[in-house]
Amino acid sequence: MKDKIAEKFLMLVAFSAILALALISFFIFQQGLPLIFKAGLNNFFSTHWAPTKGHFGILSMIIGSLMVTAGALIVGISFGLACTIFLSEFSSETIQKILKPIIELLAGIPSVVYGFIGIVILVPFIRTHFGGPGFSVLTASIILGIMILPTIVSISYDSLQAVPRTYREGSFALGATKWQTVVMLLIPAARSGIIAGIILGMGRAIGETMAVIMIAGNALKIPHSILDSVRTLTSTIALELGYATGDHRAALFACGSFLFIIIVLLNIIAIRFKGKE
Amino acid sequence: MPLKIGPRTNQLIAYTILLIMTIITIFVLFFIIGYIFKNGIGQVSLKFLTERTMDMGKEGGIFPSILGTLFVTLLAIIIAAPIGVGSAVYLVEYTKAGIIRRIISFGADCLNGVPSIIFGLFGFIFFVITLNFGWSVLSGGLTLAVMILPTIIRTSEEAIKTVPRAYREISYSLGGGKLDTILKVVLPTALPGILTGIILGIGRAIGETAAVIFTAGSSLGLPSSVFSSTRTLAVHFYILAREGISMPKAYGTATVLIIIILLINFIAYRLVHRFIARYY
Repeated sequence: MKDKIAEKFLMLVAFSAILALALISFFIFQQGLPLIFKAGLNNFFSTHWAPTKGHFGILSMIIGSLMVTAGALIVGISFGLACTIFLSEFSSETIQKILKPIIELLAGIPSVVYGFIGIVILVPFIRTHFGGPGFSVLTASIILGIMILPTIVSISYDSLQAVPRTYREGSFALGATKWQTVVMLLIPAARSGIIAGIILGMGRAIGETMAVIMIAGNALKIPHSILDSVRTLTSTIALELGYATGDHRAALFACGSFLFIIIVLLNIIAIRFKGKE
Repeated sequence: MPLKIGPRTNQLIAYTILLIMTIITIFVLFFIIGYIFKNGIGQVSLKFLTERTMDMGKEGGIFPSILGTLFVTLLAIIIAAPIGVGSAVYLVEYTKAGIIRRIISFGADCLNGVPSIIFGLFGFIFFVITLNFGWSVLSGGLTLAVMILPTIIRTSEEAIKTVPRAYREISYSLGGGKLDTILKVVLPTALPGILTGIILGIGRAIGETAAVIFTAGSSLGLPSSVFSSTRTLAVHFYILAREGISMPKAYGTATVLIIIILLINFIAYRLVHRFIARYY
């Protein structure tokens, strides 16, 4: 009897995460979608953002988010995979035990601290050495790349470790070097997990807010070079939510709806890839 | 004639590049921590930690923000920990691989990927406006609870999974019911792993900005009830840095934040290793 009640109760509790997800979708969409229908897709996907005057175009922010995310992926994937391969295949167990928590610590540093380091170190560096205002696509890409690196490392490390020992031994027995084994055997074998890690990292980059606000410059235009200032979807929401009312606030929720749909899609794809292992 | 590189040389080159990139990554971490400490540690004193914030943060300490962080995080954990651990128990002990487990796992995974600004939007419209909790410790704590829930579910799930089957079987054979077995055998055994999840959740909550600034607000007053608006350390630091109010105070606040995060990660790491040492 006691066990039956406990089971029913725990089942209710267990649905809390999915319930939270449902509540979040409901409220974000309920606030945002009516405005998209009212304004029309042409207005919503234009580049003219003047939400207090009836212009709700988010195209330049979408492009901003995409550019920053692409840049972050270049940095995050190259350094992330390098760390993963080095850790998993080229270091002793002792070194792995020391390095892995150190890299994981990168995930624990608050995003405002990353943004701050961006402001005091990277922005002036890029301004003096590359030109432009310093607050730029490039700055945001580098900082975001570091921020998503732990996500990529932890998931692809697990999938490399999950490749059976016999694969490696078979390959070494055939006379292949470690590096040949990594490139020709291990990476293809761990492909699904590595892709899942990259997609989750991509989701983190698109969704990151505070660090981007601090270093991307937030100018409302489509950037022409990676040294130009840029504004992302997330920055717009965070910068304007504090004072927005009426249709303006609804427009921010519309941005949120768009962002939320993309993130959920990315999550579904990542979960699919992870499940393939 | 193209230069021919043998597989050994090739491996040496690859190894060197990987090594350099790994060193750069680790250097970045130490640089960030070192740079903040170097500029901020001089600011941190007992006075800084215990004094009220004055003149928007130009003067005084960070006591209200420490209190705000503590209250919001505590509330988030009180709500999220039992729900998260309960979900994990249900996932591991009561479901078999099937549609229900898939739905619950999907919920946790998906929630884990939702960016903090979306939690901020949700908390703002749901807790602050619809439920009329206003900008408050309560709204902030509830929003963070939803945000850290998947971390706690996932880590507890892993911890409970590693409890050896034999432990449960012995308990059953001694006449223990399912619930008794879970409460008296499984959960105590999995406790270090579960605590790790809770501690990581605390870390996420303390470092969070986007989700709390729109739900807990940024008031500098001392919170007197769960309905008071408050400002967490991360939000305080963000405002100091972004509005250029005071760089020394910003460095000081960041140093405190980093010390807390380092401590939390260290404790979590120790717990994980004690747990692993015991069962592997």
